[in-house]
Amino acid sequence: MNFPIISSLIILPIVGTIFLFFIKSNEKNTSIKYVALFISLSNLILSLYLWYIFDNTNPSFQFVENRQWILGLINYKVGIDGISILFVILTTFIVPLCVLSVNYTIKYRLKDFLIAILIMESLMIGVFCSLDLVVFYLFFEGGLIPMFLIIGIWGGSRRVYSAFKFFLYTLLGSVLMLVAIISIYWISGTTDVTKLYEIGIDQKYQNLLWLAFFSSFAVKTPMWPVHTWLPDAHVEAPTAGSVLLAAILLKMAGYGFIRFSLGLFPVASEYFTPLIFILSVIAIIYTSLVALMQEDMKKLIAYSSVAHMGFVTLGIFTITQQGIEGSIFQMISHGLISAALFLCVGVVYDRNHTRLIKDYGGLVSIMPKYAIVFMIFTLGAVGLPGTTGFIGEFLILMGTFQKSFITAVIASLGVILSAAYMLWLYKRVVFGNLIKDNLKKLVDLSKNEIFILWSLALPTVFFGFYPELLFKTIDVSITNFLEMYEFNINTYLSNKQ
Amino acid sequence: MEYLIVFLPLIGAIISVFFGNKFGSKYSELLTSILVGISAILSLIVFFNVIYHNYESNIIVAKWIYSGNLQVNWSIKIDALSSVMLVVVTLVSSLVHVYSIGYMSHDPHKPRFMAYLSLFTFSMLALVTSDNFLQLFFGWEGVGVCSYFLIGFWFKKESANAAAIKAFLVNRVGDFGFALGIFLIFYIFGTVNYDEVFTQIPPIANEKINFLNLNIGSVDLICFLLFIGAMGKSAQFILHTWLPDAMEGPTPVSALIHAATMVTAGVFLVVRCSPIYEYSPSILTFITFIGMITALFAASVAVVQNDIKKIIAYSTCSQLGYMFFATGVGAYNIAMFHLFTHAFFKALLFLGSGSVIHSFNNQQDINQMGGVWKKIPLTYFLMIIGTLALTGFPLLSGFYSKDAIIEFAYLHGTSVGYMAAIVGIFTAFLTSIYSWRLIFKTFHGKYNNKDIEINKIHESPYVMTVPLIVLAIGSIVVGFVFKNLFLDFDNFWKNSIFLLNPLSQEHPPFWFLILTPTLVTLSIPISYLIFIKYSKVSDYLAESNKPLYLFLKNKWYFDEVYEYSIINPCKKIGSYFWRGVDGLVIDKFGPDGISKLIKIFSLKAVKFQSGYIYQYAFIMLLGFSLILTILIIN
Repeated sequence: MNFPIISSLIILPIVGTIFLFFIKSNEKNTSIKYVALFISLSNLILSLYLWYIFDNTNPSFQFVENRQWILGLINYKVGIDGISILFVILTTFIVPLCVLSVNYTIKYRLKDFLIAILIMESLMIGVFCSLDLVVFYLFFEGGLIPMFLIIGIWGGSRRVYSAFKFFLYTLLGSVLMLVAIISIYWISGTTDVTKLYEIGIDQKYQNLLWLAFFSSFAVKTPMWPVHTWLPDAHVEAPTAGSVLLAAILLKMAGYGFIRFSLGLFPVASEYFTPLIFILSVIAIIYTSLVALMQEDMKKLIAYSSVAHMGFVTLGIFTITQQGIEGSIFQMISHGLISAALFLCVGVVYDRNHTRLIKDYGGLVSIMPKYAIVFMIFTLGAVGLPGTTGFIGEFLILMGTFQKSFITAVIASLGVILSAAYMLWLYKRVVFGNLIKDNLKKLVDLSKNEIFILWSLALPTVFFGFYPELLFKTIDVSITNFLEMYEFNINTYLSNKQ
Repeated sequence: MEYLIVFLPLIGAIISVFFGNKFGSKYSELLTSILVGISAILSLIVFFNVIYHNYESNIIVAKWIYSGNLQVNWSIKIDALSSVMLVVVTLVSSLVHVYSIGYMSHDPHKPRFMAYLSLFTFSMLALVTSDNFLQLFFGWEGVGVCSYFLIGFWFKKESANAAAIKAFLVNRVGDFGFALGIFLIFYIFGTVNYDEVFTQIPPIANEKINFLNLNIGSVDLICFLLFIGAMGKSAQFILHTWLPDAMEGPTPVSALIHAATMVTAGVFLVVRCSPIYEYSPSILTFITFIGMITALFAASVAVVQNDIKKIIAYSTCSQLGYMFFATGVGAYNIAMFHLFTHAFFKALLFLGSGSVIHSFNNQQDINQMGGVWKKIPLTYFLMIIGTLALTGFPLLSGFYSKDAIIEFAYLHGTSVGYMAAIVGIFTAFLTSIYSWRLIFKTFHGKYNNKDIEINKIHESPYVMTVPLIVLAIGSIVVGFVFKNLFLDFDNFWKNSIFLLNPLSQEHPPFWFLILTPTLVTLSIPISYLIFIKYSKVSDYLAESNKPLYLFLKNKWYFDEVYEYSIINPCKKIGSYFWRGVDGLVIDKFGPDGISKLIKIFSLKAVKFQSGYIYQYAFIMLLGFSLILTILIIN
């Protein structure tokens, strides 16, 4: 067996936390930060190397590692294909930026915070790479714990309420998924995803199993009406926590929908597509309208996240090439843009200690550099052509249009609404006259902040103009995935007759 | 060369935005102006190449989106149609760049302003040189966002910010239709490239599609959806409300974006898609009607407005209406002709009004002006030329294009065509009235401004007047010079405009030909008499027809209707969903409810653990005897 690159990616951050654990924290905590940064950066480099050696033309799983774990029952099996690799890179890309951003936000127990972030990184990479349902479940649920701690310990004033709400919601959904995984083992005799792809799951169980998986993914996405934990969690979480939550945690569900709901239960997916369409469209319109009326910046962006993830679920269940590729693209794009928007809110929150929109206004006069990056991400969230946001949304809607006109028409209205709430937010915060005295002494972005925000802004714009780099990676896998899906559906239909 | 035309403005914008403040604003002004200037010269070369050497090309710059069978490239397509647009865009843009150096000389954010202008130019060029609908959409939204930046350029002004957002949102409504149109095109044809789509149109011309329970022709539907986009961008009736408000932006912006280039993108779209529109007579009729209504409506409102820029804005709206009903009656080339001439005289009028506003220290109300023609003779003279050209005074550029539109509407031979011709003539008369009203109230009569002494009114610097002179020359000659070119299908337009039935070669009767010029000429003394000599007459008219006057003054109450019917309900529903549904329903019965239930139950459960041994013993005894009983019964 070759060098186990995927396992290395998963384990490296955890190994790093052991180092962190034994470092004595000095006054300024610099050494801790540098170690954490070093670890996350080496993981980023490793993942970029993985991307480099990844074979675009090969549709099957690559770098697969398969080890016996629990004798004869469960194997530790990991591997990647075109669908998962981008999420791995998104994770390793976002985490170093999170580590860099803790300078201002985390006032106490910095070491513990960084350890939580790194453990989180391990778990999330694990989610995107695991090819065994049990392994997936462990990583998927494990991710809850560090996030729960991040909100509960370093959060704002209502942190305990939010942390429990988050935990309750996600756990309730996941319990059903665990039951489903166990029953899949009883039905099919294995939890190995690639094997399950080949043998398929008996149709008569598919609907129930699909619903069980759905209950978990829908909460994590989050879909309407189980989205109410997200605004609370975001508002209370520290900036770095919000970034992780929005950029990566939400993507686990989208990824899960593609890999497991579509992949394992094609017949059920086909059956439940209308349900997803309706919930997604409600999410898009409903949360956009709610976002319009928010008074808290973080809450506004949290609601806009729900709307954007509504596009993602919509695109996935169009089950067209454009729809699914658009969804993956939208998830990457949302990972960059929402992360950046939360950081943007964090920037002014650190300086002025309020997130209420009405406490701001006219920032452009004293923070021009901030105004520029904030504008870039605002436009990205609006879905302006030339940013990644456009390509995701447009492809999703294009895919949707091929399946259902009415859904596409209503969902497209969301594009108007997103422009309304984002531009209105920007206008109220950044434009206008600088009247309030406490704002007049704010300082513009520091070098550190400029670096973080521009490293998110550049890919947002670059991939908006040249998305081909990403499409090249996912194209073959998606084509293959869809062929498999079509094949399964057709066998089902022919069996039925 | 094509690369340079498109990318020089972008380079200028990037340098100006990132290094403008380092090198000083002078450099970024010069740099952007020179780069756009070069781009303009190259565009002229391309234009003449197209005229004389039948030059055509389609350059693929890079791959853009390749997803399954959707394959879109970044491209630069040059044909007769795009070469005309190239000339209009780069020429006006370069003149506006130069003019802005003077107009914005007191503004601290000049590099940013120049960067926006150049960025706009780039987006507009990307729009016109596209060979597919998606890049067109990129340019379409790109110019929209630049327009948003520029309208809101004076970010401290509350009204400017509101106008900027309004412009963006109304355009988004249009873009919503446009995007659906593109989806439908992709759904039917599996491609979004012009050529591939256009060749597949004739076979499906009569096919129907079931869309939202309506059974309509698929070509009709495509045309309708695309036209919604065009209505938004070109400020046509129903979606026009953003254009007058957009005048909050600096005047050079109004000249470039809201007169000469961006707002004509809708016309360009319809002309570009002539191979589709030709197969949809019903939508062409619809376009004719919308064009007619817009032309008439905007002109009627313009008559009673007092803001110099708003009058010209409504006039733009009205002229765009002309262009649309020209396309509606199948005279795409004439629409392009009017677009071409209009760019010159309308940019001239805007920049001229900018010069007036500059002289009056940012005063825009024409009731606060008057009697200054001797003080600013050059501006006065140039504004007269612009007005003559706009109203279609014989031998100036507007005369050729506007009369051609009215003639072709007449020659269309249908009742819609006749109606369009009548509306066209009447609107031409109204146009003339409000344009001369503007001139007379601004330059003649009594001096009405109380803030500034008349002697302080001064002429603008050369950097502002020279571009005006160039535009004035253009306004005089382009109609006459290019008249034949724009009528020439065999040698000029060729494939870039498609006609199902060739345009009529006949000539309308002589009385019809002289009708418009006569009305236009007569209106000069009429408006002089009404608005200057016997200004009581106009007051009396306003007073005696108060409801009508107010109706026009308030722009047919469109803003108010939208406010009450769309914006407020949206806000209300939003807060209802948030506080009502999210807070009171989902949370109450969801997580909060569950945790409350658990709490209640656990409080009850707590009571079991009282700590008294005798209670535990009693329960154990009870349980034991229960089990025993069951066992015995079994």
